[in-house]
Amino acid sequence: MSQQNNWPLWEVFVRSSRGLSHVHAGSLHAPDAQMAVRNARDLYTRRNEGVSLWVVKSSDIISSDPDEKDSFFESPQGKDYRHATYYKASEGVKHL
Amino acid sequence: MKHEELDAELDSFGDALASATRVTPGNALRPEDIAVNGQAPSEQVAKYALTLGDDSLILAQRLAHWISRAPELEEDVALGNIALDILGHARSFLTYASLAWDKTEDDLAYWREEEEFTSLWIVEQPNGHFGVTIIRQLIVSIFQHLLYRELTASTDETLAAIAAKAVKEVDYHRDHATAWTIRLGQGTEESAEKMRHALEILWPYVDEMFRDEQIHQDLEGVAVLPSTLRQAWDEQIGAVLTEAGLQIPATGQAMAHGRIGEHSEHLGYLLAEMQVLARKHPGASW
Repeated sequence: MSQQNNWPLWEVFVRSSRGLSHVHAGSLHAPDAQMAVRNARDLYTRRNEGVSLWVVKSSDIISSDPDEKDSFFESPQGKDYRHATYYKASEGVKHL
Repeated sequence: MKHEELDAELDSFGDALASATRVTPGNALRPEDIAVNGQAPSEQVAKYALTLGDDSLILAQRLAHWISRAPELEEDVALGNIALDILGHARSFLTYASLAWDKTEDDLAYWREEEEFTSLWIVEQPNGHFGVTIIRQLIVSIFQHLLYRELTASTDETLAAIAAKAVKEVDYHRDHATAWTIRLGQGTEESAEKMRHALEILWPYVDEMFRDEQIHQDLEGVAVLPSTLRQAWDEQIGAVLTEAGLQIPATGQAMAHGRIGEHSEHLGYLLAEMQVLARKHPGASW
């Protein structure tokens, strides 16, 4: 059991059907990529959830810095004009 | 559009919507379908289905003991999944057999005595350490995969349908056992030694799996002759063991006759535990 802590963490992504994209489902421990896919199959698709799996080492994911949340994500707020719904259709346009 | 047509249209639309957005159980054959729609098999076919069901039931019970005891949490779920797959096969075979005798799958699982069970000795052997369980899985899953693949061509439609569902699941069990055998065989000196030990204690139960009985001969076209699977089995397991750096041990063969109800000392204890609750509270459901 002491070995357990040496197994790296993997993130699991499941695609639930054709035409949809892979969605993050959770994480698991595994010694290598092959075992990670097997474990993902056993842990995350046992209720018919998926048709495809991705696993990626958690350490390989580059994420945005939580401390930079304001500068990263607040800027779009209040900028309604970036949404199509902000614009009124002109009267002359018939087939929009 | 007539009302019925609209209903059908909406139903099909609902199905498409469900498959794209929701998790569904799928439409695979279930034991409940066999109980409701299945034609009662002949006495002989029922007895054959019983042998396959007993193999699966006893193996599933053995594997279920790993739950909460596997070396890793992830492996715990893997073995649990495999046990449940196999229990599903047992339920289908036993349900089908039970129709011949106006009984239920539970009657057959919980109310037969040890000498009435027709399972092979290999499936009742104790779990031992993880390596023993993996070698038992390797031996049995390669066998069952070959068997079910042939059984899909059975002239008995229900047996063929159960086999068609089971063969895909057993394919994964085979894959799982193969991967672990290679990993542990090639692992450390200790893991390789444990795998050699596992092969030595389980190999004596191999020959029994391939012995043709009268029932197989009598059910030509319905049953699979076990002896016809031996060559492919030898080749497949040989390839796995070679890659794992392991060898077939030079052991004798046990005087195993599970198909006629003669069992090793282990089955009685297993049945006592499996049956005690149902026998203490007859007819209870939960």
